[in-house]
Amino acid sequence: MQSARLDRRSVITGAARLGALTVLGGAMPGWARAGTSGAGAGSVLSGESIRIDIGHVPITVGGRSMHAVTANGTMPGPLIRLKEGQKVRLSVANGLAEDTSIHWHGLIVPFQYDGVPGISFPGIKPGEVFDYDFTIRQAGTYWYHSHSNMQEAMGLFGPIVIDPAGAEPAPYDREHVILLSDWSSIHPHVQLQRLKQMGGYFNRQKQTLGGLLAGKDQDLSERLAWGKMRMDPTDISDVTGSTYSYLVNGHDTQANWTGLFVPGERVRLRFINASSMTNFNVRLPALPMTIVQADGQDVEPVETDEFQIGIAETYDVIIRPEKAEAIAIIAEAIDRSGLCRATLAPRIGMVAPMVAVRERPLLAMKDMGMDMSGMDAASGTLDLSAPVTAPAKAGSHGAMNMRDTSLVPASVRLGPGVATISAAPADRLGDRPTGLETVGHRVLTYADLKALVPHPDRRTPERELEVHLTANMERYMWSFDGVKLSENPEPLAFRHNERVRVTLVNDTMMPHPIHLHGHFFELVNGAEDRQPRKHTVNVLPGGKASFDLTADAVGDWAFHCHMLLHMHAGMFRVVTVRADGPSAT
Amino acid sequence: MAEARSMLRHESGAMSNRMVMIDRLEWRPGPQANRYDWEAEGWTGGDTDRLAFKTKGEGAFGGKAEKIELQAGWLHAIDPWFDVRAGIRQDFQAGPHRTQAVVAVEGLAPYWLDVEAELFLSQKGELTARTEASYDQRLTQSLILQPRAELNISAQDVPELGLGSGLNSVELGLRLRYEITRRLGPYVGVSWERKLGGSARYARADDEKPQGARFVTGIRLWF
Ligand SMILES: [Cu+2]
Repeated sequence: MQSARLDRRSVITGAARLGALTVLGGAMPGWARAGTSGAGAGSVLSGESIRIDIGHVPITVGGRSMHAVTANGTMPGPLIRLKEGQKVRLSVANGLAEDTSIHWHGLIVPFQYDGVPGISFPGIKPGEVFDYDFTIRQAGTYWYHSHSNMQEAMGLFGPIVIDPAGAEPAPYDREHVILLSDWSSIHPHVQLQRLKQMGGYFNRQKQTLGGLLAGKDQDLSERLAWGKMRMDPTDISDVTGSTYSYLVNGHDTQANWTGLFVPGERVRLRFINASSMTNFNVRLPALPMTIVQADGQDVEPVETDEFQIGIAETYDVIIRPEKAEAIAIIAEAIDRSGLCRATLAPRIGMVAPMVAVRERPLLAMKDMGMDMSGMDAASGTLDLSAPVTAPAKAGSHGAMNMRDTSLVPASVRLGPGVATISAAPADRLGDRPTGLETVGHRVLTYADLKALVPHPDRRTPERELEVHLTANMERYMWSFDGVKLSENPEPLAFRHNERVRVTLVNDTMMPHPIHLHGHFFELVNGAEDRQPRKHTVNVLPGGKASFDLTADAVGDWAFHCHMLLHMHAGMFRVVTVRADGPSAT
Repeated sequence: MAEARSMLRHESGAMSNRMVMIDRLEWRPGPQANRYDWEAEGWTGGDTDRLAFKTKGEGAFGGKAEKIELQAGWLHAIDPWFDVRAGIRQDFQAGPHRTQAVVAVEGLAPYWLDVEAELFLSQKGELTARTEASYDQRLTQSLILQPRAELNISAQDVPELGLGSGLNSVELGLRLRYEITRRLGPYVGVSWERKLGGSARYARADDEKPQGARFVTGIRLWF
């Protein structure tokens, strides 16, 4: 405890020394400071006893001020660096006037240390200290965040790096943590209220008559077809750059977070999407990236030019910059309402070139769960003149039934909260993600990911479970199977060590990063014995994604959409794994 | 733990919200008199059940309000797009007025049309109806052209209120709004009104013109 206090003091003095580089209101931990030499710089929380003090400080980013909820006084919080196989006691002290909690995102821990109030433990009361005690059973890049009262959207998150017990399968000379987040001066509760009042409140990129006359976006017949269905093809993100500053390691574009490298080095970038509501497209315009880890799990190295990182996902990439030039890291919100540019450079003070935000994408038929036939696949737009062959398309002018209730199992409750049902949802794990369908370079898809080592459990799943991701965008209602957590649905129950194939069917027109606590699942992406292991899967609009799960962790676990406002609207279920659980039928 | 569990349930879909929408708060200059007109509604509650209120009114500056209507009721979602509303309407203007039971259907029709149909039954047994529809056409992200229409229908003659049976009045409007913020939009426009059938005869008998167009300017705001 004593040593943790000293750590904290050294962070603050460190920040004061580097004051010229710190443009933000709050101090920055060493790993997140502009000009950092890498993830080992400054104070890092490590060892077997770690203390984290939760508090709050006023922070201004990009002219947007709000009280941030912080770990050890900074946003983002300190880097926790651990070693596979070690024991750790993480003592979290609550200095707030309300309950708090920390969830160790992606860590395999006993359920009572998973950190979700109301599921795994009662939460941490004001003034209380809670000790999380567990053994580290894995290596890789992870993160931590609050699971209480939207504190995560207000800055309570930070990175975790766990070094492997054995040799590093993807060796590197230098590493940087690249933690992406979104920052608004509008309190997340108010954001949710605005969206309940008006579903498109933050969307400032809707189609306009001006655009139609200028020949932009959809043509008139498409607009009429979508209008008839009360569907908005520009509805990509709920909360947008109209209120968000997008941040890399707590820095906006202007503050220009800079990480150093020496030309010729293998530089490992540990990307973490700690956003509240923003999925990002990530690219280094000047360099290809080799993906070596997804969600902390090693994958066969795969080279790409751009990837989409869903909220709560992590990707580790290795780059080899050869020239002594500044390299831009571009994290662009998937609705293209803004971006953040950060810099990798051989020297402090260099600024990587800025890029323009690309034109915002439009959703297409496939995002409504419609078959691709009748669609111009190259442009991704709806061709209403083409012959109609998809089963759900009854007419060429948008007379398709967007809510055919015969298509969902009886487990889905059909009320006002379910506005659309995907008529012919395709497995979209091999698809390029939203908005990257037609970019002229390589884009990572989930089908490109192959686990470096096969998962030991090679059993064929004993049963299948289908879960529908359901919504009414206009009423801003979000749920699983049409039922909000507040309506007290039965938990999704698994027998201990049962092997189940879970299929997530997205009946909405938005991607949802769905996260299961306490487990890794394997994406059924055609990689056979190398199905990649993940803790979060971003299910594309109108599509589906399957994963195989070995329910090997007894206890109650949270299972939810990691878009924070969706989660708080009810897109959340309890998963229970019981040693003497119900039969598999 | 029970407390944390119920808190989690509450925070995951049961939180209550509220809205007050002052759709029209407008000034209508005219040769004889400058007039005012308003329409506002609001709600508080969850996703599918809410307490709702609505108010409409109009009058001439310097005179007594000619119409003040206040409604309160319960709003219930019946499908993804539409709500039913059941409640009470009380009119407050000087002269003859009514207390009425209200049943309404309101929501978002295909093509993003905002529609509302209300049925009123007065304490004297008179049955009347009102329907409204409007559409927000974005010219740019901030400039919005809004056509709107209102029809009033009565099942019987009510001479005391100047109502003829059948379709008795039509109001059409076209307003151009500039949203300074999403929640604050001043506008200018025109409003054309015509009384029909028996209502037109009652108006003429009262020396009122049964139809007329006015320039309007006002503000839409919500919170
Ligand atoms: Cu979601």
